Amino acid sequence: MQLEEFLENLERAAGLEDIQSCIIGLRDHYQIDHIVYHWVSSDGEQYGCGTYPPAWVQHYVDHDYLRIDPVVIGCFQRFHPVDWKRLDWSSKAARAFQKDAIAHGVGNQGFSIPIRGPNGQFALFTASHNCDDAVWAAFTKTNQRDLILIAHYFNHKALEFEKKRTPEPAKSLSPREIDALTYLAMGYGRGQVADMLDISEHTLRAYIESARFKLGAMNTTHAVARALSEGLIVVGGAARAAAGDWPGRDQAQARIAV
Amino acid sequence: MLRYLYGTDLDLHPRLRDSMFRDRAIQFHDRLGWDVSVDANGHERDGYDDLNPLYVIWQQPDGTHGGSMRFLPTTGQTMVNDHFLHLTDGVEIRSPLIWECTRFCLNQSAESRVAAALMLGGGELMRNYSLTHFVGVFDARMVRIYRLIGASPTVLGGQGQGRDQISVGLWDYTEDNRARVLRRAGLSSDVSEAWFERSLGQPEPMRLTA
Repeated sequence: MQLEEFLENLERAAGLEDIQSCIIGLRDHYQIDHIVYHWVSSDGEQYGCGTYPPAWVQHYVDHDYLRIDPVVIGCFQRFHPVDWKRLDWSSKAARAFQKDAIAHGVGNQGFSIPIRGPNGQFALFTASHNCDDAVWAAFTKTNQRDLILIAHYFNHKALEFEKKRTPEPAKSLSPREIDALTYLAMGYGRGQVADMLDISEHTLRAYIESARFKLGAMNTTHAVARALSEGLIVVGGAARAAAGDWPGRDQAQARIAV
Repeated sequence: MLRYLYGTDLDLHPRLRDSMFRDRAIQFHDRLGWDVSVDANGHERDGYDDLNPLYVIWQQPDGTHGGSMRFLPTTGQTMVNDHFLHLTDGVEIRSPLIWECTRFCLNQSAESRVAAALMLGGGELMRNYSLTHFVGVFDARMVRIYRLIGASPTVLGGQGQGRDQISVGLWDYTEDNRARVLRRAGLSSDVSEAWFERSLGQPEPMRLTA
């Protein structure tokens, strides 16, 4: 499964079972032991989905591990992703918790991405595995950027369910972002697009990055495809070298050429 | 040395915290005359300081503030999106891979290399968290300072004239920039990494058995 395919499935997800199957697919894609999405509301309620054994999840809740878990404590109210090795496991309670987690098959390695949603909403997106430090460091280094994006797309979906609202028009792009994606869809290179918009390529990259996130896409090509499929941009006959003809076209082009 | 501290951690370092907010009052209120609020303690703080930002701070040997900058993810509330959309062509810059950098502040007696050290700290954040860009708000004076450091942003737009000008700019990360900023800061890569680890990492390896 490609990540783009995963995101299309996530986009279509209509309920918790759907995102559960998305997260299983994602875990299989990365060939690691677990991926978990964990939402903690301000009043301590917990929601989530993921591949942890249900017995561990129940055990976690029964033991009120939320109050001990160094991952939750270390990530709460923060926004940088963290390797579990960088958290504080020094207390006796934390060490006992860790031993318990490993015994339940969570894995000895973990990587968590904190997410700050609207109105104090907080969630964690976690990948965990059983392997040595070098293997895990290589995995997180390679996949950190994608995992950060996926974590936020997951949270966006979860917010839709929570509030039982129709997706907000978060995909509203500014005219400049629409122009940039339109020109890219028409086949112009970044340098040409930057020239046409009269901005630097550097600025264009930031605009595309921003549009990519708003569109829930993994990369520029995917963002363009999404913008097209959602009707946010229209290319059609305006494309360079587009096929088609109409009365006076040759003369019009000749005039432009002059 | 460089420290990376979230807002919630600042209270563990009262001397550093108080001198930072006082230096911000001196820079932004007294010297630049920005429309910022200064509280009874002489501290310049705004609503974004209440969002638990991540501060990169140069701490002087006596424990006080030498310079600092403030980071927030652009997925949440940011100054650029809230107040300066007219300087970004109306583009709301929003991505978990783009953080906002504001309130770049230097203590008046800080050595010139402090500004470079702060940019180096920003680079560590980019490098360690796979960020693509910082978007920043800065005053006219900073344009020259950034150029001297060798870390000039791409300016998206500006408002106001002369020394009152406020600009929005973008930085990205390259290895070349890092090498240049290290030289200007007079620091080695190892030292910078050690400071980063000390703040945002735990040197002790995780124990696999209790």
